[in-house]
Amino acid sequence: MSKLFSKENREVLENPLNLDNPVLIQVLGICSALAVTAQLKPAIVMGLAVTVITAFANVIISLIRNTIPTRIRIVVQLVVVAALVTIVSQILKAFAYDVSVQLSVYVGLIITNCILMGRLEAFAMMNRPWPSFLDGLGNGLGYALILVVVGGVRELFGRGSLLGFQLIPQQIYDAGYLNNGMMTMPAMALILVGCVIWIHRAYFYKEK
Amino acid sequence: MTETRKKSLDTNSNSYIIIYSAVMVVIVAFLLAFIFQALKPMQDANVALDKKKQILAALNIRDLDNVAAAARYSEVVVADRIIAADGSIISEGSNGGENAGFRLNSADYKAGKLALYICKVDGQTKYVIPVYGMGLWGPIWGYIAVNDDKNTIYGAYFNHDSETAGLGAEIKDNKSWQDKFKGKTIFGDKDNSDYIAIAVKKPSDIKNPASEVDGVTGATLTSDGVSMMLQECMSKYKVFFYEK
Repeated sequence: MSKLFSKENREVLENPLNLDNPVLIQVLGICSALAVTAQLKPAIVMGLAVTVITAFANVIISLIRNTIPTRIRIVVQLVVVAALVTIVSQILKAFAYDVSVQLSVYVGLIITNCILMGRLEAFAMMNRPWPSFLDGLGNGLGYALILVVVGGVRELFGRGSLLGFQLIPQQIYDAGYLNNGMMTMPAMALILVGCVIWIHRAYFYKEK
Repeated sequence: MTETRKKSLDTNSNSYIIIYSAVMVVIVAFLLAFIFQALKPMQDANVALDKKKQILAALNIRDLDNVAAAARYSEVVVADRIIAADGSIISEGSNGGENAGFRLNSADYKAGKLALYICKVDGQTKYVIPVYGMGLWGPIWGYIAVNDDKNTIYGAYFNHDSETAGLGAEIKDNKSWQDKFKGKTIFGDKDNSDYIAIAVKKPSDIKNPASEVDGVTGATLTSDGVSMMLQECMSKYKVFFYEK
């Protein structure tokens, strides 16, 4: 057990959450971070879906890494990712139909999420399955974390609610408060991601 | 030594690559086909339930959970009739509304098979018709409930595939916009069925407030799409609406 969570493995899991965050530091997966964060719920689901898919794609690629012909390795990675994404999207349609309607095309776009290909190519191709699983989990969660922060801010100021529950009371609207329509536009997501990167660099990120 | 050399030779030879990719594709294809087949019944049930909820929304019955929505739907819909554009009845449909008109989609609609849901809400007869059209980025559709005078709109529901969130998507998300259709008349003059008055316009262009609805701000093209969709669909159903 102690071996499973050795210092190296813990770092593999924890680094992407802060010091090597895929969105903030590697600047990967920005496009989907802009698209699905207008509300909190799709942001959470997207974060979880990417986490699960990155973790399992990492494990599968890591298991077959020695059999993959180098010349077609990207093709093999794509097939594995595409198959996993299709399965997740079918499962969502069967068990969480509302969410799948809300995510619509973005689930399919996970296939092209750079975090996945980045982790497969940079980590899973040369590491054993267990560290690869932790690496996928960590990077997925690091991505989900940013999505949740941006999605929360956008829903709160764009609609006055969180997860669909109205948080800003009617009296404040009656007194002249308006929802910020700009927050629901993708452009604002980009600005918010920029602000998150700024805050992260200023207060949390320490150069090694 | 020979073992490793053999292996490294293998993984880079053309035949290995071809066999490897062929096997991989076959495995993945079987896996996906199996999962698709296994989950299909549940997905179909979800799609059907979602359609029922949309029809209920047109009848101003909203925010029900899944079980309540299915029960309410079978209680409200008397028949899901199929009619042709000349007003003749192709299929009477059945009570509970699941087998005839309910199964039609936009392709059937274009082919001239029109669904007509005959509903009873609080003892009054309402007609619900589906409408299909194009928004700015993709298909839009909706359901319109009409009173038994076959002219006054009782309620409306719109949905879309890929309109812009916060702008065009408001046709689905903004309930108060859908409510603006309540009480509007389809024909400006009930005796002249060639003139379909129901339309979505800019506030400055509205001349006939009994039939014209203010569009969604910032989504002119989607609003125009809704307007064209209504005009086109009402003209298909006009023989039915016109008969006394």
